[in-house]
Amino acid sequence: MIKYDKLTTNAAGRIVPTIINGRAAVPFLGIAKYKPDGYKAAPKLSSCIDYPADGNKVLASLKEALIRSGLKDGMTISTHHHFRNGDLIATQVFDIAHELGIKELMWYPSASFPCHEPMIKYLEDGTINHIEGSMNGALGRFTSEGKMKGLGILRSHGGRYQAVQDGEVHIDIAVIASPTADPFGNCNGVNGAAACGPLGFALADAQYADKVIVVTDNLVPFPCIPWQIHGNYVDHVVVVDKIGIPEKIVSGTTEITKSPDRLLLAELSSRFCDEAGLIYDGFSFQAGAGGTALSIGIFFAGILRERKWKARFARGGSNKYLVQMLEEGLVEYILDGQTFDLDGIRSMRDNPHHVWTSPFTSYNYHGKGNFSSIVDIVILGATEVDLNFNANVVTHSDGYLLHGIGGWQNTLFGKCVILPIPLFRDRNPVIRDEVTTLCGPGELIDVIVTERGIAINPLRTDLIEKMKYSSLPIKTIEALKTESESICGIPSKPKFTDEIVAVVKWVDGTVLDSIRRVAK
Amino acid sequence: MGEVATTGNKGKGVRSDCFVSLELTSRGGIKLTVDSKVAVMFGEDIKKQTLNTLRFFDIINCEILIEDSGALPFVIAARTEAAIKKLLKTDKEFLFPILPVNHTSTSKEHNRFSRLYLPGNTPGLMINAGIHKPDGIILDLEDSVSPEKKDEARFVVRNALRNIDFYGAERMVRINQGDRGIEDLNYIIPHFVNLILLPKCESAEQVYVVDEQIKKIQKNHKLTNHVWIMPIIESALGVINAYSIANATENVVALAIGLEDYTADIGARRSGDGDESFFARGMVVNAARAAGIQPIDSVFSDVGDMDGLRETVLRSKALGFDGMGCIHPRQIKVIHETFAPSAGEIEKAKKIVFAFHEARDRGLGVVALGTKMIDPPVVKRALNTISLAVKMNKLAENWRESYDQV
Repeated sequence: MIKYDKLTTNAAGRIVPTIINGRAAVPFLGIAKYKPDGYKAAPKLSSCIDYPADGNKVLASLKEALIRSGLKDGMTISTHHHFRNGDLIATQVFDIAHELGIKELMWYPSASFPCHEPMIKYLEDGTINHIEGSMNGALGRFTSEGKMKGLGILRSHGGRYQAVQDGEVHIDIAVIASPTADPFGNCNGVNGAAACGPLGFALADAQYADKVIVVTDNLVPFPCIPWQIHGNYVDHVVVVDKIGIPEKIVSGTTEITKSPDRLLLAELSSRFCDEAGLIYDGFSFQAGAGGTALSIGIFFAGILRERKWKARFARGGSNKYLVQMLEEGLVEYILDGQTFDLDGIRSMRDNPHHVWTSPFTSYNYHGKGNFSSIVDIVILGATEVDLNFNANVVTHSDGYLLHGIGGWQNTLFGKCVILPIPLFRDRNPVIRDEVTTLCGPGELIDVIVTERGIAINPLRTDLIEKMKYSSLPIKTIEALKTESESICGIPSKPKFTDEIVAVVKWVDGTVLDSIRRVAK
Repeated sequence: MGEVATTGNKGKGVRSDCFVSLELTSRGGIKLTVDSKVAVMFGEDIKKQTLNTLRFFDIINCEILIEDSGALPFVIAARTEAAIKKLLKTDKEFLFPILPVNHTSTSKEHNRFSRLYLPGNTPGLMINAGIHKPDGIILDLEDSVSPEKKDEARFVVRNALRNIDFYGAERMVRINQGDRGIEDLNYIIPHFVNLILLPKCESAEQVYVVDEQIKKIQKNHKLTNHVWIMPIIESALGVINAYSIANATENVVALAIGLEDYTADIGARRSGDGDESFFARGMVVNAARAAGIQPIDSVFSDVGDMDGLRETVLRSKALGFDGMGCIHPRQIKVIHETFAPSAGEIEKAKKIVFAFHEARDRGLGVVALGTKMIDPPVVKRALNTISLAVKMNKLAENWRESYDQV
């Protein structure tokens, strides 16, 4: 299999391969320029004759389930990341594959975390050929050093759904760790010791995989209610002692920031939203889970409370702060793709106004609409932005791949996309001439808020007009860059070899950029 | 093996700083190693700058290691120079050009609601201090710097005064007590510091000595900018001598109180309501007012307790203080909001100021509201309130044009 071939320059001016892991790929053509024709991929026909009439699909072990699912060389195996850094199942799947001597698998996680570092040994010994999804931390470093056999592919949450739906990725076996399930395979994430909230990231896997294995540590008698995933998609159910580490599932990254600099960013961002008239009775926003984004939510809450307004809906990831807004009546609905703490899980379980969503409803670019473009205010982060407002979220300025895309690309379609970021981190300026890796085209990014000034995308003449007499420090992005370089100095660019180690896909499945091997 | 001089900070949690280890050798040229968190972006830059510094001090043989956690150039320069000066006696100073904004002086009446303490040997906290808009920042050489780091802190503070933009905050330095404090002045005064805080001040003589030394250094450097002095009263004796301290020289613009040391000195413990320091605070306010300068309160040390801070500021304002110290940027906003004139105060002041302008326009010597005569000090206070309100965006500058006299 050819790792990559036939380079071309795409519409963003980036050099990308048009053959990836032996298959043809379309280069990025521009936003809203690529519209594929034809039919969605279809899952294999099944017949209930092949399944136990009493509805009991429970097998003795994950190993048996994988063997019965026909695990063999070269297959695509998917897992989801609702357990974040507390996932105990994904690695076990590949432990078993390794034990069985299976080779050349493709791992298709919805995201990876530090707990998945053990996968490196399977990438090294050939059990896994490559990863499509996200390569975080140690896995990213491994990829950046050119050690992964196949070409890595980075996709957004919506892009992952789109790739499966469009037949770009065919999942052979989906392993869905589920906090509660019944013997038929109905399952949910809101009950059980490993409760994580929704299971939306596993939806495409359930719908399209040849074989679906549900793994749980909390088996309940039929019916498991609510059934976020229907047992009708499920082949096998496996019961284990423990599927996840609860305290790592609800990780501690979701506290409001105490950093005065970040609080200032949050305050400036919310003042910008208010002065630009983006906050109104019935508006909507995407909160995000970073410390700064959370604090912005708190500022929004203050404004809503004071004016007796309500947000019609807020997009999760949710946590206790958003739940408090819902319960106080400041937000009417939470549409939630993932849940970051126990309050979020409780609320999703008990409150009909706290609704679970999936990448299909929220982010799938090849659907009959998606929620992203309805949202008024979207607050996001970035590792770098450039003078054209392009942004990078996957590599750092030293060239290393360290993060996944998550829902970041998908949410760029919101009505006003705001990136609150420090002008420099230690000595690293965040605004560059050109981003190291292009993840989001600048035409979708409206405002950059830094502690030393706010830059509005020149394309947003409406916002520029509204902020003409603002007391906020509105500056050009060029001025901000000059300011940061006068403090930090002018940074050198990272050095790469010509070898491509991974590509970044756009939400429509086209290839937006290439990530190259870091030169030693 | 020669002596190895080390300066700076490294390790977990250290940001925007570096650790320098330097050994002077007799041959072999310069062996420079840079181990930097930002090597890809600035590794070459750091090497070049370090070689420049060594050349400046005529060092041709040495081993030097820079362990860098993302320090800005002026920090690396301060660390390197401090290491060199541990091993070499020289009067030369390695300086980057001073930022034009740091040439500015402040007025005696500069607003001093908030002054943010910044430990003198922790550059990471200094870089963004100005964006939180305190009225003043204090680069501290005294209690927040451990004794073995006091020498190297001088270089960080000196370079910070020159090369950090504090966005309009008054640039203050708290020097050490006694002779070390007098020596500190040599590092600070030539670099356009606005105000010197004088800790544990107990007599007018101490102020006088510092003021004379400042004048001497300024004369040597042919500088004419104002350097103000804010003595800090931190003992029973200091409280008793408060008025003579406040009057010691014409450069004393404010009198501050430090309550931790004071309460220990009188054998009391600091309580929430501050009964034990009531006398001292009253004395400091009274002495400062008598001398026509600003009385400034101590710090509130629980950075998580914003309600407690607000109550303390209200009490402080009620006692007559004009400002307070801050130990965290989060405290600034609360202090400003609380010290700022309230809506009620502004309304009252508007009436008086409006009447004052009317009286003046009509050539009347007496300001009256209705049948009530207004005393000149009351008018003066109202004028102050209005100018503060305008400055803090609580009142439009041209408010009188649309003022509807009731």
